[in-house]
Amino acid sequence: MNGFALWRRYARASLSGQTRYPGAFLMQMAGHLATTLMGFAAIWVLFHRFGTVRGWTVGQVALFYGLVNIQFALTETIGYGFERFGDEFLRTGAFDRLLLRPRWSVLQVLGHQFRLRPLARLAQGAAILALGLSMTPVRPLPFTLPMMLWAIAGGVAFFLGVLIGQAALSFRTIESLEIVNVLTYGGVEAGQYPFDLYARWFRQLMTYGIPLGAVSYEPMLAIMGRSPHPMAATLAPAAGFAFLAIMLLYWQAAVRRHASTGS
Amino acid sequence: MIRAATPYLAAFRARWQTTMRYRAAALAGFVTQCWWGMINIMIYAAFYHGAQGGAPDGTHGAAGATAPISLHQTVTYVWIMQGTLALMPWGCDPEIADAVRSGAVAHELLRPIDLWWWWSCRATARILGRLVPRALLIVVFSGLVLPLTGLGAWALRPPPSLPDAALFAVSILMGLVLSACIVVLLNIVTVRTFSPAGGNAVITPLALILSGNLLPLALFPGAVQTLLLLQPFAGLGDLPCRFWLGTLHGGRAILALGQQAAWIAALTLAGRASLRRTLHRLEIQGG
Repeated sequence: MNGFALWRRYARASLSGQTRYPGAFLMQMAGHLATTLMGFAAIWVLFHRFGTVRGWTVGQVALFYGLVNIQFALTETIGYGFERFGDEFLRTGAFDRLLLRPRWSVLQVLGHQFRLRPLARLAQGAAILALGLSMTPVRPLPFTLPMMLWAIAGGVAFFLGVLIGQAALSFRTIESLEIVNVLTYGGVEAGQYPFDLYARWFRQLMTYGIPLGAVSYEPMLAIMGRSPHPMAATLAPAAGFAFLAIMLLYWQAAVRRHASTGS
Repeated sequence: MIRAATPYLAAFRARWQTTMRYRAAALAGFVTQCWWGMINIMIYAAFYHGAQGGAPDGTHGAAGATAPISLHQTVTYVWIMQGTLALMPWGCDPEIADAVRSGAVAHELLRPIDLWWWWSCRATARILGRLVPRALLIVVFSGLVLPLTGLGAWALRPPPSLPDAALFAVSILMGLVLSACIVVLLNIVTVRTFSPAGGNAVITPLALILSGNLLPLALFPGAVQTLLLLQPFAGLGDLPCRFWLGTLHGGRAILALGQQAAWIAALTLAGRASLRRTLHRLEIQGG
């Protein structure tokens, strides 16, 4: 069985587990949908009060908001094993068992759970993105559609890189580091708005230090036809993959040094 | 009297000590909330400065002038909300959720105590234990470190007068009690439905938006303001914040405190009544 088929089998098992109690499942989804929608409700209220922010309209902000939420929701769906890695794999010693199997550790942790709950965030992100597209002129479809998919792929790579980095760090701390939330949930919060609202140091940190801006702000500017460097903005999502590659190297190094907790 | 309170004080002390041990979690929460606060402040500043691109020092252009609270007040509001994030009713007591799952909740009935008081003492202690370290760290960061590093425009400002500070203290304590009342209600829902997921999924988002934690209630459209000030969640954050900012005086101050007291009374009565009914026909799973 090749890697992808194995992952699909993991995912199927996980799915049937989560839908075993449909009532509780639906209620959780509804609650999660309400929670995530409130983020946009707050933006809507601010625009209602102030009209515009540095020349941006609510429709344009909806595009940024939708894109980053879709990226993060997809990552949460597949990357939950890494998010909970310290608590569920290291402290319990389950990771040692996983190392015995003749498969790549990353693939097995990815297969830990295929989570359905983030689909609520995905649904609202897609709805807000559609709302934004209906309110804002963007470049023609033959450019916008592939560019959007490319940006989503780069964003998923970036957020997955963050989660893998978090998991690799927890080899040292033996617990999941909540501090990384500033890049995951904090990254979503920051990416929901155009980056030129932020202070210069913050914008540069979040574009060059951590390539969040490269996978969300820059490609969306290109889609709106507002980018000062359209060529660079079109290529920018590649930075998400570069970030993922670095984090995978870090993961491999951490796995090699791993000493079990012994429990 | 003292003798009667002993078990509840013991429950309080035990829970407080347990929660205070999670220092790394408090530190992580502190960093996350500072980060969150700074992102929010940059966004509010951008909205206040409006399309004119006004001066970055807190004076604002035409757009900001229409807002009912100034940018400085909004910044202080953001820091108070980040500092008191742990005050929100984050959900059913996890130990009680475990007890419901395993059936150990039956042990609660064996104790010669009033279960409502027992649970609300535990809830208060847990909230306080999570709240105090985070709040202190955030006050130091936003009130002292930011001004000293030249970011005074982003800093938490103290209440305008001593009476305002005193009223804030009263109001935030009532917010604490209110939050504990809501947690006890969530415990009861968990006992009834065998799962904490449903109640938590409904109440937590409601509390976050209606307490003003996500966005100051004053910035919502004018048409819904009265309604927002009357609903129970306002007492968890927005009303204490208004006292801190010094915008509630005289009759309005009394009304605000009365609103909090009335909701505490209502939730206490509702909680006690539904707990009695729940225990009357308690179903226990596990074994």
